[in-house]
Amino acid sequence: MNLIVSSSPHIHDKESVPKIMLHVILALLPAAAASVYFFGIRALWVMLVSIATAEISEYLFLLLRKKDTSAALDGSAFLTGLLLALTLPPSIDLSMVAIGSAVAIIIAKQMFGGFGANIFNPALVGRAFLQAAFPIPMTTWVANRASHIDATTVATPLGGFKFSHLITAHKDLLLGNVAGSLGETSAILLLLGGLYLLIRKYIDWRIPVGVLGSVFVFDGILWLFNSRKYPDPVFMLLAGGLMLGAWFMATDPVTSPVSPAGIWIYSIGIGFFVVLIRVFGGMPEGVMYSILIMNSFVPLMDKYLRQRMLGEKK
Amino acid sequence: MIQLRMRRGVHPPEGKLSAGKPIEEFPVPKQVVIPLSQHAGKPATPLVKKRQKVKTGEKIGEASGFISAPVHSSVTGTVKTLETVLLPNGSSALAAIIAVDEGEEEWAEPTWPMKDLSALTPEDLRTITREAGIVGLGGAVFPTSVKISPPKEYPIDSVIVNGAECEPYLTSDHRLMLEHTQEIFQAAQLLKMTVGAKRGYIAIEDNKRDAAEAFENLVKGVGDWEVVLLKTRYPQGAEKSLIKVILGREVPMGGLPFHVGALVQNVGTLYAIYEAAARGIPLIRRVVTVTGEGVKNPSNFLTRIGTSAAELLQAAGADLEAARKIVFGGPMMGMAVKAPEIPVLKSTSGILVLSSVKKKKVFPCLYCGKCVYACPLGITTTRLVKYIQAGMWDQAKAFGLFNCMECGVCSYVCPANIPLVHWIRYGKFMVRMMEAKQ
Ligand code: SF4
Ligand code: SF4
Repeated sequence: MNLIVSSSPHIHDKESVPKIMLHVILALLPAAAASVYFFGIRALWVMLVSIATAEISEYLFLLLRKKDTSAALDGSAFLTGLLLALTLPPSIDLSMVAIGSAVAIIIAKQMFGGFGANIFNPALVGRAFLQAAFPIPMTTWVANRASHIDATTVATPLGGFKFSHLITAHKDLLLGNVAGSLGETSAILLLLGGLYLLIRKYIDWRIPVGVLGSVFVFDGILWLFNSRKYPDPVFMLLAGGLMLGAWFMATDPVTSPVSPAGIWIYSIGIGFFVVLIRVFGGMPEGVMYSILIMNSFVPLMDKYLRQRMLGEKK
Repeated sequence: MIQLRMRRGVHPPEGKLSAGKPIEEFPVPKQVVIPLSQHAGKPATPLVKKRQKVKTGEKIGEASGFISAPVHSSVTGTVKTLETVLLPNGSSALAAIIAVDEGEEEWAEPTWPMKDLSALTPEDLRTITREAGIVGLGGAVFPTSVKISPPKEYPIDSVIVNGAECEPYLTSDHRLMLEHTQEIFQAAQLLKMTVGAKRGYIAIEDNKRDAAEAFENLVKGVGDWEVVLLKTRYPQGAEKSLIKVILGREVPMGGLPFHVGALVQNVGTLYAIYEAAARGIPLIRRVVTVTGEGVKNPSNFLTRIGTSAAELLQAAGADLEAARKIVFGGPMMGMAVKAPEIPVLKSTSGILVLSSVKKKKVFPCLYCGKCVYACPLGITTTRLVKYIQAGMWDQAKAFGLFNCMECGVCSYVCPANIPLVHWIRYGKFMVRMMEAKQ
């Protein structure tokens, strides 16, 4: 008899960090598979290089920081690699993919103190870095194989709207017959993945609702004002990286607030910046910057906002 | 029957292995160990000396202040010694060790007036609960006589009978409600009369529907009682949760149920009140659930206080070789003990044997907020624990350090396996130490 004396509780829920990571990865698989269907085997290479680089960087830096290297297997680096890949154009040079992935893990995650301590979403930092370092390859888009267009380079739906005032059909946006980065094609597959996470309670429902709802409302107001000048709100929801961002990036627990009040400010803030950048900014897309901007407020919100306790004065 | 549910909290696997097992009277052991501190408040002062003969139910320790309770011998025998023993919570206390005499058991006369139940006055009930050493058997072991004497400026309008038994595994309250429905209800009526409440509620979770129906049959004819069927959820049986769910009132932070006109009493305590008032038996025995995966015959034993847990475990067929953890109480709030040779106390609702305890890897907090949304008291636990870890005591207090009831929900849900409750206990300990020094 060798009894363990430890403090209560003596039972634990079945959830764990690796399990959550695994399910988020699973939820992304349909969209990832679709990217291979839409852009060919090249998309698979982008994902593999990104994930492999993320895992290797994570392992090496844990070793360097003298931390438990088994943490590289918790799934978080894998997920960062996959998420980064999904934000990249299919034609991007694989060496750039590796650079972006290394930046995501080393600078945005390990330098901040590793898992849980980072302020910014690592995958988005990796992408922001690539956008700054390699602006041309990062905005060169190849045609989607399902769209039967023969041109070598094309515009994304948001780019098309911004620069040529072209409207892409909602159906194509939903199904994914459009140009864009790996993971921003099929809105419906991302939505399914997101709903799966919602049902399993791995993400906070307030975040997608706040982000998508506020984009819809803010853009809807503009559209009602002038429907020829501004894009319609459904187009805004379905085009570009919004679905990926709202369901899989903004919901990253580490870089989003914990209190309900904070979450509403955070998610509505993201929606606000998305509309601002897309409609009035110089770039066609702004999901990445919007999330990064709101990430930066999270530590402050977590410090000052907390829920009311039972029996506390209202 | 009203049906309600609590919004926060969790629903762990129920594990009520012994729910179908009727209460068995456990044989009187050869020796009992009766600590003088089995209640919240000051320990009782010993009334017996070495080699003194005592009868069953004889007072051996006197309450030593307002918040204290007397202690009685649970057997007929001879006091061997008074010595310091280990309690389940790891602390130690003075205890009377009594060797049981062979031959007939002799019962001491009650030290309170015995009357017909219908003739009892509020004052009588206060005397009985005090003299019989009755304390809250739901876990808090707060002296019942104090609890039923709230200050005059706070009239009680509602009494809640707590039969929620939300802790997984435990079934002692369930069995009592099935086998002693009538007695519990009579004590509940006495309680309601004592505090002058207008309404009474009997709160039972829906995994004990049979018990709820038994009460429903009893209360039908009686106007101001209502059975409340609660959707099973932990920690719904905590006083503050019950009051919120049933009455929709919030006990103010740092306050007590009487501040919102409520009185909650556990069914085990009510049965003890009945035994004292109707049969003249002080609190010298209680129902203890012996259960867990490591036990062959999960059982509910009516046990004399002071019986060694080792004897109960043996009787229930516990495989002590394979046991990894022995817990006094339930899996959410119970206390793991070093060895099974620890006496059953007034607070011992169950003894749980766990044979598979996995050590879980602790990850850094990922700010998932699960602890925040599950906390029944609305504490922002992740932040509170970060303040404790950083030694920021003022912020920790502002984030509800002393509000926490250590229900275990936050640790239970944390996917990073952070021992949040352990940190909170540490924080309370540190702050109390520092405040004592000043
Ligand atoms: S913080 Fe305290 S009251 Fe809240 S869930 Fe944790 S243990 Fe329970
Ligand atoms: S449940 Fe655990 S990981 Fe999640 S916020 Fe709370 S402490 Fe952090």
